[in-house]
Amino acid sequence: MSQRAEKPLGWRRWLLAETPWSRLQAELGQAYLAALSFARNRLAIVGLSLVLLLLLIALFAPLLATHAPDAQNLTMRLHPPGAAAWFGTDELGRDIYSRIIYGSRITLGIVSLVIILVGPLGLVIGCAAGYLGGWLDTVMMRLTDVFLAFPRLILALAFVAAIGPGIENAVIAIALTAWPPYARVARAETIALRHSDFVSAARLQGAGALRIIRRQIVPLCVSSVIVRLTLDMSGIILTAAGLGFLGLGAQPPSPEWGAMISSGRRFILDQWWVAFFPGLAICLAGLGFNLLGDGLRDVLDPKQR
Amino acid sequence: MTQAANPVPAIAVQSLTVSFGEGAARIHAVKGVSFAVAEGEVFGIVGESGSGKSTILRVISGLHRDWSGTLTVRGAPVGIRRSKQFYKLVQMVFQDPYGSLHPRQTVDQILAEGLFVQGMGDRERRIQRALYDVGLPAAFRFRYPHQLSGGQRQRVAIARALILEPRILLLDEPTSSLDVSVQAEILNLLRHLRMQQRLSCLLVSHNLAVIAHMCDRLAVMNAGRIVEELDAAQLRAGRADHPYTRQLMRASKGYDRKTAAALVSYD
Amino acid sequence: MTGGSSAPLLEVEDLRIGFRSPHGVVEAVRGIDFSVGREKLGIVGESGSGKTCTGRAILRLLPDHAELSARRFVFDGTDLLASSEHDMRRIRGRRISMIMQDPKFSLNPVMTVGAQIAEAYATHARTNSREARRRALAMLEAVRIRDPERVFAAYAHELSGGMGQRVMIAMMLITDPDLLIADEPCSALDVTVQMQVLAIIDDLVRQRGMGLIFISHDLNLVASFCDRVLVMYGGQIVESCAAAELHRAAHPYTRGLLAALPRLERPVEELAVLERDPAWLRPQERVAR
Repeated sequence: MSQRAEKPLGWRRWLLAETPWSRLQAELGQAYLAALSFARNRLAIVGLSLVLLLLLIALFAPLLATHAPDAQNLTMRLHPPGAAAWFGTDELGRDIYSRIIYGSRITLGIVSLVIILVGPLGLVIGCAAGYLGGWLDTVMMRLTDVFLAFPRLILALAFVAAIGPGIENAVIAIALTAWPPYARVARAETIALRHSDFVSAARLQGAGALRIIRRQIVPLCVSSVIVRLTLDMSGIILTAAGLGFLGLGAQPPSPEWGAMISSGRRFILDQWWVAFFPGLAICLAGLGFNLLGDGLRDVLDPKQR
Repeated sequence: MTQAANPVPAIAVQSLTVSFGEGAARIHAVKGVSFAVAEGEVFGIVGESGSGKSTILRVISGLHRDWSGTLTVRGAPVGIRRSKQFYKLVQMVFQDPYGSLHPRQTVDQILAEGLFVQGMGDRERRIQRALYDVGLPAAFRFRYPHQLSGGQRQRVAIARALILEPRILLLDEPTSSLDVSVQAEILNLLRHLRMQQRLSCLLVSHNLAVIAHMCDRLAVMNAGRIVEELDAAQLRAGRADHPYTRQLMRASKGYDRKTAAALVSYD
Repeated sequence: MTGGSSAPLLEVEDLRIGFRSPHGVVEAVRGIDFSVGREKLGIVGESGSGKTCTGRAILRLLPDHAELSARRFVFDGTDLLASSEHDMRRIRGRRISMIMQDPKFSLNPVMTVGAQIAEAYATHARTNSREARRRALAMLEAVRIRDPERVFAAYAHELSGGMGQRVMIAMMLITDPDLLIADEPCSALDVTVQMQVLAIIDDLVRQRGMGLIFISHDLNLVASFCDRVLVMYGGQIVESCAAAELHRAAHPYTRGLLAALPRLERPVEELAVLERDPAWLRPQERVAR
């Protein structure tokens, strides 16, 4: 018993050491401190739990689902929630609960693809424009102005209309419309950092622009981009759902949440469950990412400290 | 130490003029300044804010690019753009030890950066040596700047400059944001290091006593011009010719109602 | 009482200030006693000595996580600890004013400085705007601004450091306070400008018979400007003496600080380095001051 109590204490001491003996220990120590301050924020923990829950649901969808997502049962059309179908069935007798479980895979897929595309793109464009300045800055920022001038959903609609409907095209359209705010955030941070003494010191060591952006600037901009991305995730989920709802995103019979609401809207007055449960799923996923983003901002944003 | 022993000066500046801004708002920060820092010498520039003293350091270090005049470092003329080799020769220490260290890098990363850029090997030994030279325990190597005091940070900044084994060190108010007791430690360290490594130094400060303590010779600047050049002994003996220098010396002695009443602007 | 000729304006006994943190309460000021009369009292110390906290505590301007306690904390008959926030608002500005280090951060950027000074006067004297304007202009003249009309209409960013600090002084003194707290009022200024600003404070304090608490890290300046000096170290007062006697200070900390200063008239090879003795941090016997 006493040994058990001692072991985590030893780890704690190692992590919080005033004088770490290696780079790894120093970095883990900082991460531990950040995790501690994150854990003090109850809402952030709620957000993290929701996001983790979403991840687990997507991962174990075949185990959790009671039916196949596209299995039709026309004898069970528009069945209300009950023991046979927990969240009821839709107009083709498909089990809504199972469809929502499988739909989490699509939502998470869209979210992670957008993160992979948008985060680095916005960061690189913003940092480069901010640090190098001159004509590159002007061109890049006017380009972001053009993108920012349109409402995101309208612009995504236009792109999808041009390249054709479908889930991959929806992701591309969302990514194309989502990067400018990140470039703006990264650029604003870079401009504030550009003339700081530690950047001057790096220049005086002979480092080139590329190395300074990579080693000095990006590590300081990346956290605010991550925060913004997490906070934006709910918006991205909504855009994806919106495209699905308008029939331009995921195509039937795929169980995408937005498309499910779209098909349920015809029965919304009499068979509320068809649109309600996918709506609830969108809500909870969006809320989870939002709360997580708020918590991350408190931990990562250097200005908040 | 004298110019006769080594006729090639470490830094020579001839009619340096620096301006900021465009059109009507153009400000001349430095107006035709000339001076030379002999090899192995510590040369001081003293002046008040806006006198242009820090701008001169930024021009020599290549941080400010809009200037005219001639600049030679160890006899070789230097243009607007600097090479990697230039920075192996010339290094700089900044005023604010809180702003000059990257907040997310450990001391180890901060010191290693220059070695990477300059392609210098044997990093392990050099980093340990640099920490030892500036009087920091080896255990500080993996600390972050926010885990260090102001004086310790300034020691890291000095270590970062000296790890590249420069011959010329530019010092921009290196102690003016530190407490008096820490200032004494850093000034002692700088004096010791420049003797040991036979560095040529250019020290900029608003503090006459710091300049007199550190420098062999000094220039007094006011409103973009050097009003007077003298050596430390002359300054200590009060043998300054220009009334601006004399006024600066009186004002540095502490508060005196009569001196305050007699102050004049020399712009 | 070495300097005060009249009854003290402010009496402080066993003042303690702590800050709550995740690691427990961090003590910034650890039981200090002093009093201020109508005199110039200097408080010197290095960063972290507790000098700024002491100044802010007098106006009760400490952050929420600070804990303040004292056996006696009385300003001109008013117990500052027992006063409500409402009473403190009547004291701040009208009876006790404070000048801070950087005027750029203390002045409102979207209001002309004249309007700010006039407002400071109008809220305390309850007068009409024409009278407030007249008094503001007179005050700008009193801090030796050559062109008061122009400065009256200027915004904070249009003023130089020295000019901004003069405006701050004008704003803080227009209500005719009894006690002025100046926290590093000229550390951001050049020595010559610093001298001029100090001369203005000196004259006004003398003419109006105010008390002044001058907080600074600069021993030389305090010794030459103030009547009496308190030296703070680690939240305690380690030395208290007449300013003119500071060079004969007894405490090893004060002597160490004085020795660590490079001096024009005294060339040395190596500057003396302050050796901190942990015993200085132990609570000391109270000496009658």
